[in-house]
Amino acid sequence: MLKYTLKRFVMMIATILIIATLTFVLMHSIPGSPFNEERTTNEAIQENLERFYKLDQPLPVQYAYYLKSIVTFDFGPSIKKPNESVNELLARGFPISFELGMTTILVAVISGILLGTFAALRHNGVIDYAAMTFAVFGISIPNFVLATLLIQKLAVDWNILPPATWSSPLHMILPVAALATGPMAIIARLTRSSMLEVLTQDYIKMARAKGLSPFRIIARHALRNALMPVVTIMGTMLAGILTGTFVIEKIFAIPGMGKYFVESINNRDYPVIMGTTVFYSSFLVFMLFLVDIVYGFLDPRIKLHKKEGEA
Amino acid sequence: MNNEQQLAAVKEMEREKQLDAERSEQELVNVKQTVQKHRKVVSTEKVLEVENLHVSFTTFGGTVQAVRGVSFDLYKGETLAIVGESGCGKSVTSNAIMGLIPQPPGRISDGKVQFKGRELTTLTKKELRKIQGVDISMIFQDPMTALNPTLTIGEQLMEGVRTHFKVSKSEAKEKALAMLNLVGIPNPAERLKQYPHQFSGGMRQRIVIAIALICEPELLIADEPTTALDVTIQAQILELFEEIQAKTGVSIVLITHDLGVVAKIADRIAVMYAGKIIEIGDKREIFYTPQHPYTQGLLNSVPRLDLLEEELQPIDGTPPDLFAPPKGCPFTARCPFAMTVCEHVHPATTTLTKTHAVDCWLQDERAKQLWEA
Repeated sequence: MLKYTLKRFVMMIATILIIATLTFVLMHSIPGSPFNEERTTNEAIQENLERFYKLDQPLPVQYAYYLKSIVTFDFGPSIKKPNESVNELLARGFPISFELGMTTILVAVISGILLGTFAALRHNGVIDYAAMTFAVFGISIPNFVLATLLIQKLAVDWNILPPATWSSPLHMILPVAALATGPMAIIARLTRSSMLEVLTQDYIKMARAKGLSPFRIIARHALRNALMPVVTIMGTMLAGILTGTFVIEKIFAIPGMGKYFVESINNRDYPVIMGTTVFYSSFLVFMLFLVDIVYGFLDPRIKLHKKEGEA
Repeated sequence: MNNEQQLAAVKEMEREKQLDAERSEQELVNVKQTVQKHRKVVSTEKVLEVENLHVSFTTFGGTVQAVRGVSFDLYKGETLAIVGESGCGKSVTSNAIMGLIPQPPGRISDGKVQFKGRELTTLTKKELRKIQGVDISMIFQDPMTALNPTLTIGEQLMEGVRTHFKVSKSEAKEKALAMLNLVGIPNPAERLKQYPHQFSGGMRQRIVIAIALICEPELLIADEPTTALDVTIQAQILELFEEIQAKTGVSIVLITHDLGVVAKIADRIAVMYAGKIIEIGDKREIFYTPQHPYTQGLLNSVPRLDLLEEELQPIDGTPPDLFAPPKGCPFTARCPFAMTVCEHVHPATTTLTKTHAVDCWLQDERAKQLWEA
């Protein structure tokens, strides 16, 4: 298990390095530079600026500096907002994005699993049909459409919830609802189908023959086996939710990372692009790593397999 | 030397003789006791009474009458085998006894299932759960799928005891260890922490048996317990059944289509066809004097080592469609002795001996005269 974890860790570092390199190449292949604006500045000033940000150096040298900044995790000051460092931007924006993203994931996973389980238990019943109709809507409506609809109805028309900003738990309801509906629908459908399959298994019949209560059969015997596919898609879903927050943050005027991320690309604000991308990708890769570990906990066969790989 | 010495010698001899006699007497008693121990004593106490059981399933294509009036009794410490080909209702019968018929689409439409005098078919699910696993246990066909892959053997073993009895974790563990010992699993303490995929097929079936027996049930329903195992393991598992029955006195209903299994461990045999028991009897009666043409066909279709020359005799045709079961004897279409009456009227049960009964028109006096002529 330890060797396996180490191996995954090394691969994780390699992945981050590849992402970082790709970002660097892409970043520099977009035409324009941070100082390339309509308003022309004095050439001497421009040169000075470029020297300060080391943009006058050849690309391989810049790449080396870039790698150094990743290792030390110090991306220097933003070019557009010179009085603020990239680290400060991250420290300010990320906790908010993280809060939104994690709440969304929790809501999506818990409600999705519950919905899917109940649908499976009432297979072909009213609850099943209702849940699956809801799921189809959830999957097909993009979160930005849902977000604007929610704002219009709940905030503007009925005035129940605040329409935007991020200051109290009440403010979280709309953005989380908009963001969580899609993933929740996917999880519900997945849980339902894998639950239906698990419920026909012999070991469920055997659990029934033991005289266990229905709750115990579902919670202890069925759910754990039915959740395998759900955990599998959790990895990609995390990516979806995290990138989805950019749009939702914009719509609800939430001061998370998304704003900086999008603006930095438009502004060719190289340090911010680098900082946010590397940070986000590291986070994501780490999450995928966690998913793999959880997988091993859910299904002992996987753990053993890896153990055998060790020897 | 004299008389005295001679006398002593004679006395010595006499004493030895006497000792010998005593010893042999003791041996005789020992043998008797062993015989007593090994001979199966089947009591007259009824554990299970199934009467006129009907089970049907509602499907899109109509209603399948899977079990159409099954009756039998099971005595304490006895093994009753229910044999028959696929789809004849064996498993449905066992599931109905166990209360595992999914309702809907299934329905016990008629009949009684009494466990030690207590009617099971009218119990609520909650009441039933107090019997399932405690008084009646079940062993499933495929040990590869009957165990939950995500729980350790120990967890799956202890679960039953801890659900039904108020025992501490350590007591449950002790019980689990004892069960693993009983079913012959080496290093039980270590094995308890392992997962099903770390066991071979035969070992898994032993574990399934241990799980079924852990609450000391009085009735064990084994639904084709050896079908998924290879032949050498089959023999071991069958021996285990005999051993467990000798130790615990549990009654066994054995569902199978394998007559070899039946010959080894059954006391009585019920032959099922198209949802009915068409012949029931003592093992010897069924094997040596089968009365129903289907039973005869079934026995003829088993390969025999002692009759090398003879070809296997398959039973031609297929079982009837249970969406629309025939009015008369369901075997008519495949029966070499079929008469007109068979098609229209179901034969009554003819009791041949105290244990042997058969549903066949050939037993009718008029039919006997007809065939003699």
